Amino acid sequence: MVGRLGRRRAIAHMNLAAAQAGLRPGQAVAHATALVPGLVLQNLDSAGDDAALHRLALWAQKLYSPIVAPDGTDGLVIDATGCAHLFGGEEKMAIAIRERLAKVGLTAMIAIADSWGGAHALARFSRRAIFITTPGQTGRELSALPVAALRLNNDLVEALGRLGFDTIGELEATPKGPLAHRLGQDPVRRLNQAFGRSAEPIEPVMAAETLHVRKIFAEPIGAPETMARYLIELTHALCAALEDAGLGAKRLDAWFFRVDNRIETARIGLAAPSRHARRLAKLLCEKLETVDPGFGVEKIVLAAPGAEPLTYKQIQALDGGDKAIDLSGLVDTLANRLGPEHVYRLASAQSDLPERSVKRAPALEAPDGHSWPADWPRPTRFFPRPEPIETVALLPDAPPAAFTWRGTRHRVRCADGPERVFGEWWKADEELARSRDYFQVEDDSGERFWIYRDGDGEDAETGSQRWFMAGVFG
Amino acid sequence: MSLDRTPAALDALRRQVRLIETADATVRAVLPFGVPEIDDRLPGGGLAIGALHEVAGGADGALHGAAAARFAAGVLARLDGPVLWCLRHRDLFAPALAQVGLPPDRVIFAEAGDEAGVLACMEEGLRWQGLAGVVGEVAKLPMTASRRLQLAAEKSGQMAVAIRRWRRVADAADLGQPTAAATRWRVSALPSSPLPTAGVGRPRWFLELFRCRAGEAFDLEIEACDAKGHLRLPAPLADRSVEAKPGQGRAAA
Repeated sequence: MVGRLGRRRAIAHMNLAAAQAGLRPGQAVAHATALVPGLVLQNLDSAGDDAALHRLALWAQKLYSPIVAPDGTDGLVIDATGCAHLFGGEEKMAIAIRERLAKVGLTAMIAIADSWGGAHALARFSRRAIFITTPGQTGRELSALPVAALRLNNDLVEALGRLGFDTIGELEATPKGPLAHRLGQDPVRRLNQAFGRSAEPIEPVMAAETLHVRKIFAEPIGAPETMARYLIELTHALCAALEDAGLGAKRLDAWFFRVDNRIETARIGLAAPSRHARRLAKLLCEKLETVDPGFGVEKIVLAAPGAEPLTYKQIQALDGGDKAIDLSGLVDTLANRLGPEHVYRLASAQSDLPERSVKRAPALEAPDGHSWPADWPRPTRFFPRPEPIETVALLPDAPPAAFTWRGTRHRVRCADGPERVFGEWWKADEELARSRDYFQVEDDSGERFWIYRDGDGEDAETGSQRWFMAGVFG
Repeated sequence: MSLDRTPAALDALRRQVRLIETADATVRAVLPFGVPEIDDRLPGGGLAIGALHEVAGGADGALHGAAAARFAAGVLARLDGPVLWCLRHRDLFAPALAQVGLPPDRVIFAEAGDEAGVLACMEEGLRWQGLAGVVGEVAKLPMTASRRLQLAAEKSGQMAVAIRRWRRVADAADLGQPTAAATRWRVSALPSSPLPTAGVGRPRWFLELFRCRAGEAFDLEIEACDAKGHLRLPAPLADRSVEAKPGQGRAAA
């Protein structure tokens, strides 16, 4: 990438191969082409890059966190506070982001740290694809990095180099007063930001077309009832705007700008587009308890990113013949309270293995029909992890005469079976010869169990020949 | 203030009290079991629809609640509309629900992290119109929570079923504690109906009605839900087919 540096054409960005060939950013183009014959040059399109980064930020905002902003010209900063657990932890979130970006051909370097400055430095200079600091340890991790990691302009970095400061640790150890006197406030400010000593709010990106409403308060508010009241007011205003535009919200983000320059967020997701103000306000107010107003909130912004067209629907015909039940409100309430993965339907999957015959489906999409057997016994309670049982079995074809489960011995009074299930060789090679025999057995007291033998009872290739408890019938 | 101490005045007062009690209840609809031996002994001739019912399992069933879940599924299968099933453990097997008449397009599952979450989900479900009923699997059912559920069920006219299951058999004594539920059932497994051949016949339960508002407690032996959720009284001894004796067994396929 070739850009202009003053009056000469110079290298602005380059790929890994160019770096290995000995080029560096800021080098004159004439110099570079002399060093590396056949160098491919592209003119820098700063505006295009910024627009693309903005689009990437909007994409990340949709997937990962309500607070995302472009960081410099080559990065994104994401406020992961309270978002990482949705992905199963910070590390899993970082891996997920990296894999997702790799699919579109972007190589991402990710760092998660206590401050924006710290994450910025570690992502670019730690030489690790994913770097996650333990909370409170960001300062120690930063000490070994070069001063260039501090988001200072090139002149300042060079000046610091001339003064003999190579690493952030050395800079941190010197008295700040003389430093500021000599080089200005910038190095000290950046240092404080990187070490998390001064706050640095992240102004989240917002797509130009995103509908949003805002309320600015003359006096900061903090009481939960007051916040709820204004939130309801804003929701009604936003729903009116959505109605004018013929849209329905799929997601609502509320940003609470605090007086101490921090931003608290609340986000709700909806299963189907909606602009039902009372329902949305209720969902949002349920999330208010996670918002810490601190010393007060001075501005609330409510936005509906990714709104979808929503046309009017006649909900009551004159004859009342159509009785379609709208459960989206209930599903939304539960999904926002429990997490969207905890509200679901169970549909049938094409498999004879009982543990694979059930799959999850979205709560609002009723599956048509199912492929579960109607005549073969299926237990009401099914143990996802079958429990080994001790058995007294007489013949390989017959069910056991007695078995011991969870320390209790059950004598089998009568039994049905076997129902033989074969391994699915198209899923895994080792299942090629495997089979299981399922039996329904009833003990003396009338308790009915579903047990199975791993294998056909004769051939060692078909399984371990051990018995397991699969479930309990009602 | 003096009251007329005549039976007519008392009757009028009773009617007034009844009106106050049922003011916000929609319709006192009931769901009959279709088994006269049960329906005749329940007030109104069936299980009240806008009410909370408790079901527990007997013996080991207090832990896994398999029979209780099947009983609840059988009841809700005979109502119209989707069912919200709130649970904490993922051990409910959907194919078994389909076998008693609750196919996958009728059940929505909500998985809560704790007991309070399950109760809150049940209440939320009862506040929305259009469900056939709400099922929740809980160990503890405090008086306040049960009262809230009962009121919500009365108001929306949807059935609420609390399946009680505990971590230890000793905890099952909790079932004796008072709640606001309209009925309290216990379902225990009995040896299945005998077959002329080897095998497991139709499952049987020992069904106990412990507590019933405005009704008498009773217990009876019953055959478990069929594919449409109906219970059936076992054929009386006289009508039962001759038990197979060695040497005269008939082959049946």
